[in-house]
Amino acid sequence: MAGKRSVIPFGPQHPVLPEPIHIDLVTEDEKVVEAIPSIGFIHRGLESLVTKKDFNDMVYVAERICGICSYGHGYGYVDALEHIMSIEVPDRVQYIRTLLFELSRLHSHILWLGLMADAFGFESLFMETWRIREKVLDMLENATGGRVIFSILKIGGLRRDVPDEVMKGFIPELDRIAEEIKACEGAFLLDPAVQSRLRGVGYISGKDAERLGCEGPFLRASGVEWDNRTRGYAAYGEVDFEVITSKEGDSYGRCEVRIKEIYQSISIIKQCIEKMPAGNHSVPVKGFPNGEHMTVIEQPRGGACYYVHSSGKKFIERMRVRTPTFANIPALAETLKGCDVADVPILVVTIDPCISCTER
Amino acid sequence: MRISKSPWLLHYDGSSCNGCDIEVLAATTPRFDVERFGIINTGNPRHADIFLCTGGVNSQNQDVVRQIYDQMPDPKVVLACGICACDGGIFKECYNILGGTDTVIPVDVYVPGCAVRPEALIDGVVKALKILDEKADKMKHGGYRSLTSAEYAEKLKEGENA
Repeated sequence: MAGKRSVIPFGPQHPVLPEPIHIDLVTEDEKVVEAIPSIGFIHRGLESLVTKKDFNDMVYVAERICGICSYGHGYGYVDALEHIMSIEVPDRVQYIRTLLFELSRLHSHILWLGLMADAFGFESLFMETWRIREKVLDMLENATGGRVIFSILKIGGLRRDVPDEVMKGFIPELDRIAEEIKACEGAFLLDPAVQSRLRGVGYISGKDAERLGCEGPFLRASGVEWDNRTRGYAAYGEVDFEVITSKEGDSYGRCEVRIKEIYQSISIIKQCIEKMPAGNHSVPVKGFPNGEHMTVIEQPRGGACYYVHSSGKKFIERMRVRTPTFANIPALAETLKGCDVADVPILVVTIDPCISCTER
Repeated sequence: MRISKSPWLLHYDGSSCNGCDIEVLAATTPRFDVERFGIINTGNPRHADIFLCTGGVNSQNQDVVRQIYDQMPDPKVVLACGICACDGGIFKECYNILGGTDTVIPVDVYVPGCAVRPEALIDGVVKALKILDEKADKMKHGGYRSLTSAEYAEKLKEGENA
């Protein structure tokens, strides 16, 4: 029956996806020969809200681009406006922002591990990783007051200070999380049954990954050293960390990179707490923004750009966001070619799809 | 409280920011653990009793939401999770958002919050259980059936004209 093609629709409602994306899988027998993604199920058009909401209120809209990487979106927007308005925020703010950024990366990566475990059918591992994630959410709630959407950022600093005692209390908690992740790590990286689902699945070479414009852990898993944190925004210039890469280039490599980044985030948070300077948590802001700026940051899923253009009025003229998942979709379509239909859910999960970011 | 059955949940993201969606998932995991009552997050609309819909519905998504709702067997309850699903929330003014879930399908329980907290969600599910029982009772005694999405759309139209 070779040569007879059929189209299998995947999504928008699918058990493995928390969010809707639709992929048409053109298959020959059990092999996928082509994958055609189509998006737009959660397009809200929130970039257009800049013309309706005050530039200060827009921070909350920017945070709601996505509920998982919400902190980063808020940061990108706030940072762009602070550059336009030439606001120098205190060092303490930069350190707290870095700390919160890493906490949100930590929760995002642990969440991904859980979804991955669910995708390869390891239910108890999924539950275990999400149990660990709740501890990170507790820390975030202690620091900001919110579990997934924090609304602590404002132009010129933070809406409230995070007390030093609260941050000191994070250290033993972080050690415990590191220990518990260590206990799960074997299941992801050493278990033969899990490896048979991950090794060699969805291989993409570093060259191809770069050509297709991949971002984040997906790109680093193919051995390309690219991490926007090395640009040194916020307090990243003052903490020690290395860009984590893997030589594998397959689903196993992506798992490995994300697990290592969890430990790295923990180390960055600890460094921030140790070096935390004293000072104010915000500076006063006067006037309206006039000018344009592009901020580039590293989200848990990869590099993201925030462009803001404003001409001295209460309302900004244009905001544009470029998100990592959108950049990873062409490579996803490429890696889906030639894989088995049964491996499709795993491959879709390996790019850590965040459709809300993609479509905004 | 005694629960009469273990309802199965179906979750679908009708154009939300994802915050409520991960909280829906978090409600089934060990900290909140509704699974200990046999409440399972299923992926199949045909198996589901309670439909958790998050986010204000957008134009492209409305048919998918309707389709999922129509596929669910009676008795069924729809839960609007989060402020966006209740009335559009922060995205109400966006050009692509229709409003809350109730612009497309009938909603029984509204759970506000941005993002909705798992505790609030569990409270909503408990309320939904009561409604589910009532509907099952009505089905036994009077041949009750839920409105289909098409009938609901007509009803909304009539309301507008009146």
